[in-house]
Amino acid sequence: MSTSLQSGIASFIGQIDGPIASFFTSCVHCGLCADSCLFYTETQNPKYTPIYKLEPLRRVWQQEYTFWGKLMKKAGLSKPVSDEELAEWEPLVYDSCTLCGRCSLACPVGNDIVYMVRKMREGMVASGHAPEGLKGATQRAIELGSPMGVNINTLRAQIKHAEKETGLTVPMDVEGADYMMVLSSAEVAEYNDIIGAVTRIFHQAGVSWTIASDGFEGTNSGIQIGSSDLAAELLGRIVRAAERLKVKYVISPECGHAYTALRWEGPNLIGRPYPFKVIHIIELLDQLRSEGRLKTDSVDETRMTFHDPCQMVRRGGMVEQPRKLLNMVAPNFVEMPDPGLQNWCCGGGGGVSANERAQPLRIKAFNRKKAQLDATDATTIVSACSNCRTMLLDGLEHNHMPHEVVGLTELIAEHLADDKQGSAS
Amino acid sequence: MKEHETLEQRLGEQGVSRRAFLKFCAALATMMALPPSSAGAIAAALSQAKRPSVIWLSFQECTGCTESLTRSHSPTLESLIFDMISLDYHHTLQAASGHAAEQARDEAMKAFYGKYLLLVDGSIPLKDGGVYSTIAGRTNLDMLEEAAKGAAAIVAVGSCAAFGGLPNAQPNPTGAVAVSDIVRDKPIVNISGCPPIPSVITGVLAHYLTFGELPALDELGRPKAFYGETIHDRCYRRPFYDQGKFAKTFDDEGARNGWCLYELGCKGPTTHNACATTKWNGGAGFPIEAGHGCIGCSEPKFWDAGSFYTPLSAPAADVAAVAQVSMIAGAGAAVAMGALDRAKKQKLQQSREKLTVADLKGD
Amino acid sequence: MDAQELLIWVRGTGLQIAAAVFVLGMSYRMLHLLLIGRKKSLAEARGSEWAGGLRTMWQRNFVLPRLSPRGRFTFVAGYVFHLGFFVTLFFLSQHIALFRAVFGFGWPALPRGAIDISAVLALAAMVALLAHRLVDPVKRLLSDYQDYLTWALSFLPLLTGFMLLREIAFEYVTLLTLHIASVELLLIAAPFTNLAHMFSTFISRWYNGAVMGFKGIQT
Repeated sequence: MSTSLQSGIASFIGQIDGPIASFFTSCVHCGLCADSCLFYTETQNPKYTPIYKLEPLRRVWQQEYTFWGKLMKKAGLSKPVSDEELAEWEPLVYDSCTLCGRCSLACPVGNDIVYMVRKMREGMVASGHAPEGLKGATQRAIELGSPMGVNINTLRAQIKHAEKETGLTVPMDVEGADYMMVLSSAEVAEYNDIIGAVTRIFHQAGVSWTIASDGFEGTNSGIQIGSSDLAAELLGRIVRAAERLKVKYVISPECGHAYTALRWEGPNLIGRPYPFKVIHIIELLDQLRSEGRLKTDSVDETRMTFHDPCQMVRRGGMVEQPRKLLNMVAPNFVEMPDPGLQNWCCGGGGGVSANERAQPLRIKAFNRKKAQLDATDATTIVSACSNCRTMLLDGLEHNHMPHEVVGLTELIAEHLADDKQGSAS
Repeated sequence: MKEHETLEQRLGEQGVSRRAFLKFCAALATMMALPPSSAGAIAAALSQAKRPSVIWLSFQECTGCTESLTRSHSPTLESLIFDMISLDYHHTLQAASGHAAEQARDEAMKAFYGKYLLLVDGSIPLKDGGVYSTIAGRTNLDMLEEAAKGAAAIVAVGSCAAFGGLPNAQPNPTGAVAVSDIVRDKPIVNISGCPPIPSVITGVLAHYLTFGELPALDELGRPKAFYGETIHDRCYRRPFYDQGKFAKTFDDEGARNGWCLYELGCKGPTTHNACATTKWNGGAGFPIEAGHGCIGCSEPKFWDAGSFYTPLSAPAADVAAVAQVSMIAGAGAAVAMGALDRAKKQKLQQSREKLTVADLKGD
Repeated sequence: MDAQELLIWVRGTGLQIAAAVFVLGMSYRMLHLLLIGRKKSLAEARGSEWAGGLRTMWQRNFVLPRLSPRGRFTFVAGYVFHLGFFVTLFFLSQHIALFRAVFGFGWPALPRGAIDISAVLALAAMVALLAHRLVDPVKRLLSDYQDYLTWALSFLPLLTGFMLLREIAFEYVTLLTLHIASVELLLIAAPFTNLAHMFSTFISRWYNGAVMGFKGIQT
């Protein structure tokens, strides 16, 4: 298929389902979703009102799924959605939406706006209107195995490093293991302490686990650009690896969209249920904690706060788990304003971080996070999403803020009981 | 036919005192909302007025209007009407019958051509050549058209003559119409009501005798003096309406407390008549005082305005049945359209090609 | 056609037409929404779709997120309008008499004083919301002719009803005719405009809540 306006519109028609038709039917243009979107609150530009970003999709719905719309279309009285219009909307659909889903909680008539943006992107990419940066990232993911260009050799080097540091073996391609750990690109490339951290945690808890050499990368640019075909191709690698190794569980990394892709979209992308279960690393750690298998023996007195990753918390339902884990090691933990389900996005989700064009807008939108941070006296931000971490670091740097950013799994690993040697790292 | 004597002479012959006559005139003035000082003028005019010839034609009617006028205890103001006029033809009241009666009408029409008053009660059937109501072998239409030609003015007494009334109600089997539907070139005053209030008939005639013309009329041809306000405007139960206190059944506490009868179907708010002020049976009362709502009898089409017991705020037709049928039709349309939409989606799905990396590059 | 015949028409045939269009249009549209359907998710559920859907249908009535002043205004005025409208619609004695006549059952009415307050509040909130729609950049951008049309269609029944109870400016017959006719216009337009949100809101909320409930998100 080559991308074209026609394919885009056909994709819109195919994507519109009962929920989307209900949402457009219900919208009364009250504008309340604007207040829930950090791109609107930080710019005060009305075009960033969430529901407005869906205007072309709404017009297709009206022309294809409503009685009067069909009639008007037959009579030639309605203006079809044009290529120019889609080009104009591309920055609204990609640059100013992180798929954070905050608007979906704010809408008084109950419209799940982010559900619609995700589906609208299917048509946008099919019509050829996707940001270059995101196209490039997706292309690299498909062709090289990772949007950031990391490959199995990079991973092997990191594993060797972790094994040396922990004195433990990182199990690779172990058939019949209970859990298969998946990582995000950023974890392999930058936040590689995670490998040592989970190795030690799983060692202490006695978890049977492995990493698959042919399915270790969880980042899914296909989801972000909005192509189910490409997302399925990326996801297929993990599914095949998990099936080859006959694992019971696949562990989603600290990466929001990887979790959404693996946990919620995956079976629908490949068109069948998984023969395994998917569990988020934080979910697993909390489970180990409640089973008494995760033990810490020290705390960190630093004032810490938690940045809720949208896909893990608001769209994933894990509000309590990270807080219970933090409770083990961070006695001076404080909440930001709007914690949990109402947390504000780092500004880089949904592919915005891979979209260079969106960077100035993203930095502007970070003011929302800055205001949240300014309202606390925390000096360390804990999060559980490697993309959030990168975005937070970037935003902090732009705003000359001194906060440290750490990953929750690493933080827990630092305070593991009977395992002092790793705490220095 | 002898020249008509004056009213004063007639009253004197019957032993009615001048004082009683003046009281009657004052009452008329009040009823018609004229200044009290006009009572003298009315008395002067009436006492000297020559009794005009009146021809009363009864068509499709129930005689209720005549009953209303005559069924009163004597002596009443209403009965005086027959002293004001020379009723030369009224087939219910006159002694003559058959050819003699019809002859009296013909003679009066000839003798007072252009001067007589024509009173009509009952509607006129037009369907099938007007065969549904005939008098002496002649259709009502024929008789009305003939009598109207020489009339100075026409008074349509009762809702049938004024608006078609009961015979005109759906489905109107006789094709009944009002006087004003047939006669277009004569002044017509509609004294609607089923029956109309007797003193309203009297008042209109007195006005005609006094001033030589018909009183000011509303857009439906009714004298404003009597039909200017609604029953609701003058109803003694109005305060309860304003407070939202309504009787829900005819025997509940609200009904016993004299609350508003709106929800029991009272049409007072939309009905123009003088019942609430003039009252009936020598001032004894009016239907609402008896605990029954107004049925709106002085308004056009009052038989077709839904049940007398349906509140004005409720539908006058069966809406529930329409809604049920519509719901089934809507569901059917949705199933059909849903199937079409699904087929459209399926077709798109089948013809859809996978998006590849090459497509992203725009090759 | 005189005033009485017009009133009889709006109370009879007019109302039948309006009810037919409203019921046919709404049942078509709502069932159609349900029939378009959606793909059942193959992912493993962490919670109940139905529990989440039903919870959101109810809870979204009370959502009070932290809002900017413009959002708070919309929120408060929107609430006042909807509450005022519903109280007036469902608790004026004359309206209950209508429901009793159509559905065969009724419920106790609120005192007239309470209805006066609810109607005036609803009217005031609507005027405020219209003004806000005209000046607020977000609403102005989002609004099309339909938003103003449906505003007028919702405003007129309230206004004519208020005038009717006090016989302001016109006779009772005229005001009652105007009031019923304005309601009929509202009923006829409702299925084809965003007024359909009166029902579809609950479908939307269900879907929204079902997605959340499926994932086990405690909203």
